[in-house]
Amino acid sequence: MIIESSDQVPRVTLFKRFPVPRNFKVAPESRIETGRTWSAPAGAMRTKAFEIYRYDPDSGGNPRLDTFHVDLDDCGPMVLDALFWIKSKVDSTLTFRRSCREGVCGSCAMNMDGTNWLACTRFISEMAAPATIYPLANMRIIKDLVPDLTHVFAQYAAIEPWLRSKTPGPEKERLQSPEERSQLDGYYECILCFCCTSGCPSHWWNGDRFLGPAVLLQAWRWLTDSRDDATGERLDELEDPFRLYRCHTILNCTRTCPKGLNPGKAIAEIKKAIVEREI
Amino acid sequence: MDRKPANLDSTPTQTRPLSPNIQIYRPQLTSVLSIANRISGLVLSLGAVGLVVWLTAAAAGPQTYRVVQSAIGSWAGRVVLFGCTFAFFLHLCGGIRHLVWDTVHGFELRSIYISGWAVVGASVALTVGAWVASLFIAGWH
Repeated sequence: MIIESSDQVPRVTLFKRFPVPRNFKVAPESRIETGRTWSAPAGAMRTKAFEIYRYDPDSGGNPRLDTFHVDLDDCGPMVLDALFWIKSKVDSTLTFRRSCREGVCGSCAMNMDGTNWLACTRFISEMAAPATIYPLANMRIIKDLVPDLTHVFAQYAAIEPWLRSKTPGPEKERLQSPEERSQLDGYYECILCFCCTSGCPSHWWNGDRFLGPAVLLQAWRWLTDSRDDATGERLDELEDPFRLYRCHTILNCTRTCPKGLNPGKAIAEIKKAIVEREI
Repeated sequence: MDRKPANLDSTPTQTRPLSPNIQIYRPQLTSVLSIANRISGLVLSLGAVGLVVWLTAAAAGPQTYRVVQSAIGSWAGRVVLFGCTFAFFLHLCGGIRHLVWDTVHGFELRSIYISGWAVVGASVALTVGAWVASLFIAGWH
């Protein structure tokens, strides 16, 4: 089927997951064990099962997959509401990041039914039965659904995501024409939830050196900013077999962006800019 | 109450588990066509070895050529050859798609999916077409 926008949930899926063994390339400490099943609440008329990844760093055990039964009549419509319901009614140790509950902050990014999205903007009714919830893919896990984002934020810092100007600062703002400002549309809206980077197979295999879609989209946001004077230096820093060119245009990034942005296109713009300055 | 402090430090004492990636991430047209492009490229490299074997046999004389020819003409040989044909057209169409992307065109999600399914359809049609045409011209020996 044709996907028109990234918020579309596929109606039919041939394969729910790739045909690889469950523990394919999985280190011993990352193996997921069978967890406990919490019984459905007594007297609930409509329930839905949620399989949720759990990891408790203080217990010394492995990650596990717990099953919860959420009372849909007692719970809000979004997946984040289901997590709140579980935390307040069943298991208060369930840990996840959240803040704005309206798709603005990017805190509740997680892997739901196999794709990355924000828990606050995914309807429970769109989830499979049972619904599966993992933390963002390919991240070191601090606890339950909370990934350690230290590495990806370090990659973000590496592209120097701030205005680098060679001219002395003006007395007021640095002006931009509406046309120059419109060059930033589709790039400045990124909320750094890292759904794209976490869904990028190239970043799975080479994330230590490949910057990943979120950071490269930010790199383009500064390259295309008319007020920034460091375009040449920025391109020099990106022109590297790993930092930029590990992108093989798989485009899982564009498919998964909860803000409907296009990291794949931003990366293609960077590659084109590097070619264009050579000729 | 004696309780260990929660592990909030960003430099943990134990190795933190890595959340699953390929084991759980849903296959989508984007990623499936990407891996298919790689696998078809691999098949074509192996097919190139087969082509060299075939040419070497032709140069070595009619005796050797007949052996290789009968291997290719066998059912298994034809299945492999059919697979190579499909790999060729899939890689060709996928390559053209990547070439267009390199000019920063066709990146809207709708375009990505339309071009993706076009690659699938075109490579199937071209493979079947090439076999029908060759059977029409040369016949089934």
